[in-house]
Amino acid sequence: MESKTQTRISKDLKNRKLTINREFDAPLNLVWKAWTESELLDQWWAPKPWVNKTKSLKFKDGGQWLYGMTGPDGAAIWCIGEFSAINPEKSFQATSSFCDEKGNINADSPTMYWKTNFQAMGSETLVVVEISFTKEADMEKIIAMGFEAGFTAALGNLDDLLAK
Amino acid sequence: MRRDVFQAIADPTRRDIISLISKKPMTPNTVADSFNLSRQAISKHINILADCGLLSLEIQGREYYYTMQVKKLVEVNDWLEPFRKMWEDRFSNLDSVLHNLKSKKNGK
Repeated sequence: MESKTQTRISKDLKNRKLTINREFDAPLNLVWKAWTESELLDQWWAPKPWVNKTKSLKFKDGGQWLYGMTGPDGAAIWCIGEFSAINPEKSFQATSSFCDEKGNINADSPTMYWKTNFQAMGSETLVVVEISFTKEADMEKIIAMGFEAGFTAALGNLDDLLAK
Repeated sequence: MRRDVFQAIADPTRRDIISLISKKPMTPNTVADSFNLSRQAISKHINILADCGLLSLEIQGREYYYTMQVKKLVEVNDWLEPFRKMWEDRFSNLDSVLHNLKSKKNGK
């Protein structure tokens, strides 16, 4: 039985690409807003218990989003993304890297390339996120880093479970 | 005991070991030197990682080195689980945000 709002993830190792599909019970214009405005992004981008805080966001071609995700221990992970190929209410692309709070990119950290597509389906909206890596090594690095950034949240919960 | 990649990466010390060895192959002693834990404890973690196929052993002269088998981590499905969990958390937050936006709109 497949729930309507199931998150579907597929991987294409040959092309170093991960694809995430999800339907949302809201019209396209609202979903687009939630993905592109900082006050809304800050409310959902960080998986719990992490808290997302945007330092700056300019949603336009060549504009950047600098944000930090703060964990329960108070430590923040900073990320910077740069937008391109914005096609309003249809799709946009972005690069994403780890950085410091001033937005200086950590040269050792892998860069991810995002393409987010939006499609109206009646009163609902389908969002398809493609995350790709230039180098296989970068994709491996993301995995080998122990799923840092957002992944830590999920693993933290698991640590608690296993400690019981 | 169940030995899989998900279990391997569930422990913070093992994640640190993965992160160390992913940079360069290391002898068990060099790994142990980086931690405030007994050699036995580190050796136990290394064995779990090796059992899960994440580390492989290479003998060079009189020393043996552990190297990271990242492909193993990529091949199995389980490595996607934390990633999926992250997106599901994120999207359930987004569901609430959208729900609020919708009710605001209808309220007007």
